[in-house]
Amino acid sequence: MGLALGTAAVVLVVLLWELARPSVMAALSRARAAWAERGLQSATGYDPGRERRAEQRARELLRSCVSEREWDMYSELGLLCVRGPVRGGAETAGESPYAYLIYPHKPIVAFVPESGELLSEYCVAFPDESRPYGSARLPDSDDVLAKWMALTGDERRLISEANMHLPGRQVDPDRVRRDLARLSRWERERSGREQAGSSRAHAPQTPGNVPAA
Amino acid sequence: MKPGHGEIVLAEGDVEIPEQERELIEAFRRELDAGMWAAVPTNDVGGRRQAELVKDFAEVPRDAERVIFFPRAAGGAPGRAASGR
Repeated sequence: MGLALGTAAVVLVVLLWELARPSVMAALSRARAAWAERGLQSATGYDPGRERRAEQRARELLRSCVSEREWDMYSELGLLCVRGPVRGGAETAGESPYAYLIYPHKPIVAFVPESGELLSEYCVAFPDESRPYGSARLPDSDDVLAKWMALTGDERRLISEANMHLPGRQVDPDRVRRDLARLSRWERERSGREQAGSSRAHAPQTPGNVPAA
Repeated sequence: MKPGHGEIVLAEGDVEIPEQERELIEAFRRELDAGMWAAVPTNDVGGRRQAELVKDFAEVPRDAERVIFFPRAAGGAPGRAASGR
């Protein structure tokens, strides 16, 4: 009796194995492939130059969108200044009632150009909604360009989306004041250079400065 | 613009060629459906450059060289972050 039961059990196990073998082997094969792929990704997935190349592309894109003056400002000072009101306002004139400083990955800071008084901070981000948890950031220059496009494209919409705070919440007011002083100096020097270039271009031609034929 | 990657070309084509225009419209809708904002950089208007935010392909000027998609703006982190240089 015991022998018969034992034999039946062995036969049952063999039959079950034969039935389950294809799916077990397929599952093992899938697991092996996934393991190999994971190993390959860990060996080749990290690219230390990717962020640098992304930032380089972002700088080229920013340069192609903003004016030459704005590009010079960003490349020399690391920020952009947009005079308000954005639609219908002037780009350089001091008569703008307010203006914005755009920093990479920091809030937009509103201030009064005439007095340098800081008005508010607008905290805004451009998160990757397809990856809500732990998504990567835009490269610095893309973040600046996104703010610039959103601000010049629809100032009200951007401001309404942003979290508004008093100055000093995230950006050190002393730093902003230093940046405003640098910006003011930069603008004076640049307009001085432009005036000098323009006066040279319109100077009367004397025998001493007639270009050689 | 793609976080972590920067600029990626999604589609290229000539709007005057119907087949290519269809592909551009599909790519445009796909990005907007994914929650992106679309902007068209415009050349010197009144002495300054700016961007036009567009919500429909029909709003894109026919002579526009490109449309830039970027993640939609959201209120930033409310917490105080480290600042200074």
